[in-house]
Amino acid sequence: MKRLIIQITFFIATNLNIKGFFEGRIYQGASKNICVPGLNCYSCPGALGSCPIGSLQAVIGSLRYRVSYYVLGLLALFGLAFGRLICGWLCPFGLVQDLIHRIKVKKYTVPQRLDHGMRYIKYVILIVFVILMPMFLTNDFGMARPYFCQYICPSGTLFGGIPLMISNPALRQAAGLLFNWKAGLLFVFLGTSLFIYRPFCKYICPLGAIYAFFNKYSLYRFEIDKTKCTHCHKCEKACKMQVPVMSQPNHKECIRCGDCKKACPAKAIK
Amino acid sequence: MEKRINIIRIGIFITSICFVAFGLYREEHAIVLKKAINICLECIGIG
Repeated sequence: MKRLIIQITFFIATNLNIKGFFEGRIYQGASKNICVPGLNCYSCPGALGSCPIGSLQAVIGSLRYRVSYYVLGLLALFGLAFGRLICGWLCPFGLVQDLIHRIKVKKYTVPQRLDHGMRYIKYVILIVFVILMPMFLTNDFGMARPYFCQYICPSGTLFGGIPLMISNPALRQAAGLLFNWKAGLLFVFLGTSLFIYRPFCKYICPLGAIYAFFNKYSLYRFEIDKTKCTHCHKCEKACKMQVPVMSQPNHKECIRCGDCKKACPAKAIK
Repeated sequence: MEKRINIIRIGIFITSICFVAFGLYREEHAIVLKKAINICLECIGIG
């Protein structure tokens, strides 16, 4: 419950441009120079900051540069401080998936071998859609589109596309095949979230792929007190991200939700 | 082990500060701002 409150509070705090939702416009203040840590579309009418993945593609696909030191530096600072705690506590699309997963229906776990293989998809998406395509698939002027945002990102559809279309008739009229594709993807991710815990975070999200690298080195970490651990495996059974908590408490897939800590009867996880 | 992690942390911290500073020097934040203050048609599924 504490995590849910922080997730909602952070979402509201970074999307405070409420009038944007009614006017069908987005915020244009200077705070959009800075990236927020989570996957929060800058075309969300409420957004006060910029999406790091969108920003990364914007600079890589710009006329002047092919590398974004600014965005990579910010991502490294966020990662160093929090790692994938950002996914678990600060990401708005993670929050939506969490809320949907709370609906009481039968839950499923993807078989281990399939799950293990599918986890690599997000790294491929990061390299291909976020870095290589904006770097090399440019137009005659040397500029590229934000391919991940355009063809995959469900957060942009949910927080940007849908609110803007509701309040802006001109945008509604312009929606076509691409919007239908993205709305379909959004439906798939949200629908799957009912049965599987955070499918987008586990398999698709390029931001999670970046923060995964920092989990081992971030300032916020988990440690197992081996003198207290009774090897009951309750922590691993409680983990919805299927992390081998006992052997790797700082595994790259751990989003620091804290379910393992709550499940541990010996209070061995700190 | 902990010492090694601390060294890597310091390395990441210094590198990321240098990256941000160099990015600001190159005015990358202006590209970010320009993209973020205009409705991104690709992001919302129109462009």
